[in-house]
Amino acid sequence: MRFLLIEDNAELAGAISARMNLDGHVVDHAGTLAEASAFAEAGEYDLILLDVMLPDGDGRDFLRRHRAGQGDTPVIVLTARSQVSDRVGMLDLGADDYVTKPFDHAELEARCRAVLRRRAGTSRTVLRFGDVTFDAVAGQLTVAGRAVALRNRELRLLELLANAPGRIFSKQKLVDRLFSYDEDVSENAVEVYIGRLRKHLDGSDLRITTHRGIGYRLDHDG
Amino acid sequence: MTDSLRTTISLRRRLTIALIGGAAFLAVLLYLVVRAYAVQIAQQGQDDILRASLTSVLDAAVLRDGALEVDFPYASLSMLTTPADDRVFYAIYRNDRFVSGYDGLRGDGDAGFSTRDFAGATVRVATGSRTLVGADVRLRITASVAQTQDALSVTLAGISRTVALFGTGFFLLAVLLSVWATATTIRPLQTLTSAVARRGPKDLSPVRRAVPLEMAPLVGSLNRFMARLEQSLTRSEDFIAEAAHRVRTPLATVRSHAEATLQRVDRQENRLALRAMIRAIDESSRAAGQLLDHAMITFRADHLEREQLDIGALLREQVDRLAPVAEMKDIELRVDAPAAAPLSGDPILLQNALRNVIDNALKYSPTEGVVDLHVAASPLALTVRDRGPGFPEDQIAELPQRFARGRNAEGIIGSGLGLTIAQDVVEAHGGRLHLRNHPEGGACVTLSFSS
Repeated sequence: MRFLLIEDNAELAGAISARMNLDGHVVDHAGTLAEASAFAEAGEYDLILLDVMLPDGDGRDFLRRHRAGQGDTPVIVLTARSQVSDRVGMLDLGADDYVTKPFDHAELEARCRAVLRRRAGTSRTVLRFGDVTFDAVAGQLTVAGRAVALRNRELRLLELLANAPGRIFSKQKLVDRLFSYDEDVSENAVEVYIGRLRKHLDGSDLRITTHRGIGYRLDHDG
Repeated sequence: MTDSLRTTISLRRRLTIALIGGAAFLAVLLYLVVRAYAVQIAQQGQDDILRASLTSVLDAAVLRDGALEVDFPYASLSMLTTPADDRVFYAIYRNDRFVSGYDGLRGDGDAGFSTRDFAGATVRVATGSRTLVGADVRLRITASVAQTQDALSVTLAGISRTVALFGTGFFLLAVLLSVWATATTIRPLQTLTSAVARRGPKDLSPVRRAVPLEMAPLVGSLNRFMARLEQSLTRSEDFIAEAAHRVRTPLATVRSHAEATLQRVDRQENRLALRAMIRAIDESSRAAGQLLDHAMITFRADHLEREQLDIGALLREQVDRLAPVAEMKDIELRVDAPAAAPLSGDPILLQNALRNVIDNALKYSPTEGVVDLHVAASPLALTVRDRGPGFPEDQIAELPQRFARGRNAEGIIGSGLGLTIAQDVVEAHGGRLHLRNHPEGGACVTLSFSS
């Protein structure tokens, strides 16, 4: 997925980009409205992340222009304001969703996923591993032609593993990605989800292997 | 605010009283003046006849052979006949000695008119004298002619009635005019008052309608005052937005860095420290946001911007908005709302209240749990039930208080303001917030809107 991040705080932008890259997304970063317009004209994006307060203007103006210019790329606003009416106003202006700074990356991810799913029909990354196809955006997994219903955490776990097949993920890392910070979970909680995924993938070309003391890895035959 | 405003007698009443009082005074004055004038004219008439009568009596006196001879002209008395059968008196004196008629009729004066009581009635007396000169005699004859005033009284009573009627008519007309004049004068003030009173709480635009010259300074001051108020409101709103931005952006940066670092760090103690740091950031930013929201709600609760709403629709909107968060924990948000659940309320406040109660349910709900959102149309109520640990029974009453948190909230990020906000919003709409534990477990929060 290609994201356009419009955020004047370079450090925050760097952190968001790094996190998005981890998930296999490509992020272009614009620090000003002018840069953002240039990026938006030059390239196609799956999603725009827009800060409201920018050095050369109000992010809402960008949003208004973007919508007026028939731009239908979904937009998630990153706002530091907390006035409720202000947030509602964003949605009226055509934002698809918003998160209030400081935000939980997992929540931002969840909102991106929800927005992209709602806008299904835009570019779609479907991963194929032998007889398994996986559409992370739509949350659809088919194993040997049979659709499998995934819960959200199973989906995210599979997405993590499938974005880097062959790489070993430690339990710790998986806990960090799957659970929010206000949940006190033991690393064993991951085993539950690994177990469920294994059941879903049973008999297919995909396997999740355990590497004792290190973590889990997604392998596929063929 | 009207309660504490001290008021004096109303302008309308003051003006009406002044105008009607003035009219009454003028009517009485008119009555008195016209009546006095009429009395004078009527008296003049009587006096003229009396004078004519007196003159003919005096003319009838002649000096014959040095002796006074009066051939009393009775015709001169007949001219004094009136429809009221007034009595007529006369008296003749020679050199101030009574000769004929009614003695004692003549007053002290020598000549002229006087009004006196005589023979049990009020009479008008005309007295005159004449000097008769003979060969060697010279004598003075004095005569008085008097008439009672019955006819005059009748005439005067008639005139008084007419004048009184006229005065009353004048007064009534003046009252009508006063009422009309007052209404006309007060109308621009009333128009202005209702125009200002009709305004929404956020409308601080200057008064543009034309006002009478006398009101211009007041309206000018009002406009300047509103401009200042608007400016300071805008400034504080901008300030709050700017302050929030300045605080939240670095917090967001720190949080992102902490999260990114957490992905790279393996040592357990470092990881715990980073997690604690992230939670502290979440706590503080949440508290700041809730405090600002609560301040806004307190401000708006005084004057709700009511709209016709549907609680079901409002609820679905919030559920859509929170669905991604629920999904993160695989929590199912089950909405059960009737087709119509109308409510006249402030949408922004209600959205905030709903968000807070649903947010709470999501926070305390176990992974892969269910949150039930039930709307009842009559009486109108919204119930949110989670499958979490529920409220500590002995703390239920105090939980909606500011910064109060249940003792089982340990480890869950919150500000202690969520239920306060929900309660304030519901109460501003004339309803009540109920907290209880579901018999089958989990917390139940009901926003009941029936009063």
